[in-house]
Amino acid sequence: MSKYETIIGLEVHVELATETKIFCSCPTHFGSAPNTNVCPICLGYPGTLPVLNKKAVEYAIMAGLALNCEIPAVSKFDRKNYFYPDLPKAYQISQYDQPVAVNGYLEIEVDGKQKRIGITRLHLEEDAGKLIHSEYGGYSLADYNRGGVPLIEIVSEPDIRSPEEAKAYLEKLRSIILYTGISDVKMEEGSLRCDANISIRPVGSKEFGTRVEIKNMNSFRAVQRALEYEVQRHQETLESGGTLIQETRRWDENLGVTVSMRSKEEAEDYRYFPDPDLVPVVVTAEWVEEIRQRLPEMPDARRKRYMEEYKLSAYDAEVITASKQMADFFEATLKEYNDPKTVANWLMGEIAKHLNAEGKEINETKLTPSHLAALLKLIDKGTISGKIAKTVFEEMFSSGKMPGQIVEEKGLVQISDEGAIAAVVEQVIAENPKAVEDYRSGQAKALGFLVGQVMKHTKGKANPQMVNKLLREKLS
Amino acid sequence: MITKLTIAEAADKLAKKEISAYELAEAALQRIEETDEKVKAFLRVTKDEALKKAAEIDEKRRQGEELGALAGIPVAYKDNICTEGVLTTCASKMLHNFVPPYSATVVELLQQAGSVMLGKTNLDEFAIGSSTENSAFFTTHNPWDLKRVAGGSSGGSAAAVAAGQVLFALGTDTGGSIRQPAAFCGVVGLKPTYGLISRYGVVAFSSSLDQVGPVTKNVEDCALVLNVLAKHDPRDSTSVKREIPDYAGALTGEVKGLKIGVPKEYFGDGIDPQVKAVVRKALDVLLSLGAEAEEISLPLTEYGVPVYYLIAPAEASSNLARFDGIRYGYRAEADDLEEMYTKTRSEGFGAEVKRRILLGTYALSAERFADFYLKALKVRTLIKQDFDRAFAKFDLLLTPTTPNVSYIKGEVQDLLTEYMNDYCTIGASLAGLPAISVPCGYVNGLPVGMQLIGKPFAEPTILRVAHAYEQNCGLERKIPTLTEMGGSPSE
Repeated sequence: MSKYETIIGLEVHVELATETKIFCSCPTHFGSAPNTNVCPICLGYPGTLPVLNKKAVEYAIMAGLALNCEIPAVSKFDRKNYFYPDLPKAYQISQYDQPVAVNGYLEIEVDGKQKRIGITRLHLEEDAGKLIHSEYGGYSLADYNRGGVPLIEIVSEPDIRSPEEAKAYLEKLRSIILYTGISDVKMEEGSLRCDANISIRPVGSKEFGTRVEIKNMNSFRAVQRALEYEVQRHQETLESGGTLIQETRRWDENLGVTVSMRSKEEAEDYRYFPDPDLVPVVVTAEWVEEIRQRLPEMPDARRKRYMEEYKLSAYDAEVITASKQMADFFEATLKEYNDPKTVANWLMGEIAKHLNAEGKEINETKLTPSHLAALLKLIDKGTISGKIAKTVFEEMFSSGKMPGQIVEEKGLVQISDEGAIAAVVEQVIAENPKAVEDYRSGQAKALGFLVGQVMKHTKGKANPQMVNKLLREKLS
Repeated sequence: MITKLTIAEAADKLAKKEISAYELAEAALQRIEETDEKVKAFLRVTKDEALKKAAEIDEKRRQGEELGALAGIPVAYKDNICTEGVLTTCASKMLHNFVPPYSATVVELLQQAGSVMLGKTNLDEFAIGSSTENSAFFTTHNPWDLKRVAGGSSGGSAAAVAAGQVLFALGTDTGGSIRQPAAFCGVVGLKPTYGLISRYGVVAFSSSLDQVGPVTKNVEDCALVLNVLAKHDPRDSTSVKREIPDYAGALTGEVKGLKIGVPKEYFGDGIDPQVKAVVRKALDVLLSLGAEAEEISLPLTEYGVPVYYLIAPAEASSNLARFDGIRYGYRAEADDLEEMYTKTRSEGFGAEVKRRILLGTYALSAERFADFYLKALKVRTLIKQDFDRAFAKFDLLLTPTTPNVSYIKGEVQDLLTEYMNDYCTIGASLAGLPAISVPCGYVNGLPVGMQLIGKPFAEPTILRVAHAYEQNCGLERKIPTLTEMGGSPSE
């Protein structure tokens, strides 16, 4: 047991999936040719003015509600002033002291224990552009396509006590945001970014230790590793009698270390002040209510319901509800095939395996709930065996054909004709005297071999229960 | 002819085909050619475009097509108002090569109304200043005495209208930048209620104060231009959505029973006694027409200048930060980013602009924010309440527009004296109120302006009173001589 306690708070930026930017009508599409999604407004040309995209506010409110936040009746926009070539106006329009949402929380589970992590605030702001630095030095290129894309920044309370909890927080946050549909939260495309604040203190101490901010973590795994590295570094520094300094550090993924970027003294004074080009945002109770009505059931509620309604285990319910697409698929399948446990097993087994292999969400494949339900019905009817079902699934997953059609085209219908199977059984007994001898002398294993031979002769289509039964009868 | 011609008169002649838009544009362009070496009102004359547009208007008239309210009327824009495809410099080296790919909403509206742009007028760099002496290119001269300043920052617009170079011009007013030069040059200048006219495409100085407004030869013209400009603009979030009255229709001449407040703080020691005397005489004209007046107090008036000089520079420091040499405008050569920023901004901005940026940056800094910027915002609210109280009793307020008449170029050296130029105009700016400056007489041959301040959106009231005064004051509209005067008149 360590004699130190770790204190972590996370700041997460999420890009909102609005059609257009937050203060102009340029598209937000990711991956366009550089500087094609730009206009005088998001390029900060003189005289141009921002006009707030209502959809962005709506999405931010939706995120706030999904994270159990209060939505103040009025919020406002401020200017965060600093010079950098990716920031065309030399100020970022953000929200300083009156954010869209405050005082929320989410729940995580680590080592079987539930824990609530507070969310201090959630605010709207505009994204900056991107600089591409020349490999040889001498110049940098600026791409302003991303400039003005709406972001929400979600700031947690310093309630997180370990790097594992930090990862669990991020996973839960991602899941909740995905449920709301306001962002695709893809870390690799930058639509989710995370900075961390960390400090340690002796167990029992009430005061916080020296805080360090970590940036440049590009995956949940990286966040966990960087925090683990920092915990270690803080402890070693204190143990060796050293002092920590308040600073911002950058995570180096390749070296697996954090490197100092700037100290507190070098921190910028952003000179926040209310943006006079924008009027305060008035959020009526009716609007909030209207958005709340549209909010889908959140993962926690859904998990609970799956355990009660469908009698799934806590583990199964957790896995299925982690992704909204998966859970939606699950429920849609049940409408056609009402056996929750079987459907869950298929989703968590065969389907998850294929999704992972292709790196896709279930809604990005040709597979539909009707496919799965039809397949499961074929198994129940005895048309195909469980084993053949996997072959059919393979084909169904890649081609999108219905399982019945596949079974027909490939002649995969299970042989349940007793006469037909009996003939093969006779043949196999005649061909394998040694195995027959072994079985009769008490080696039960030999039966498995004989079953396998029958299946081989029938190309796997013989009804396995029937093969077993007939073999036993003939050999007894 | 052109020197005295008003918009209303010109529109009449055009409609009756006594004159063509082309002839009118030619006459104005010729007047500019003849006089602008002396006045130096224009940074740029767009002769070819003007004649082309005028010819188009004439052709439309021939075809019997429907024409806008200002069809064929020549106009000039202050050079901080963006004009698509036409250089817009803000009188700064920083934007010496900036050609906007868009027009300001006000320019679009005037174009739709058929007006003909003759060119872009001089100003104090980025509209910061009150004499055009801060222009990076040259100083505009007062048409009444070329030794003197035209005022500012819309000095080019005011001088151009006064010199008869153009029928009207647009200016921008942040703390008095339309009204003060209008007063100095003997023309009419209106700063509308904040939010009445779109700011889109107008290069921002202080966004919570900036307003576009007309500079015209008389009050009727002012109302005619306002009829075109007052319109909700979805591109400007601070633009108001409300029913727009017919401003020209409001000029009924009726002032009987109107209650005029005369704030004593605007007639104090800092105001030239001769100026005060002229303005009081103007008030007498209104009283003779049946208006009522009473002295009142706006006790927070003296805080206007310090509050303004915190809020406006604070906003300017942020608004002008985008001029960094990266995307457009002036860029200094340098070996790294930091040096490029520093050299670009050191070389691209003039002294006064840099002074305001520093002042504003300081006022917003973490250590000073509460004492300076935040406190200034609070006092601004109190100043608004001062006006609210006054307007509970009065229909409008009457003051001098400026503490004195125009002064000799280079004469005002100390900044505080220069900043006090705005003493009478800043209050209406901070409170977002409409205010008009109307010529009301002369001190030693130099024009004096009377300022009428109205309730929010009470432009019809102040225009009506200004018009009634103008019709009954007995002052003949003089044409400035475009020469230098002897002596120092305000001594």
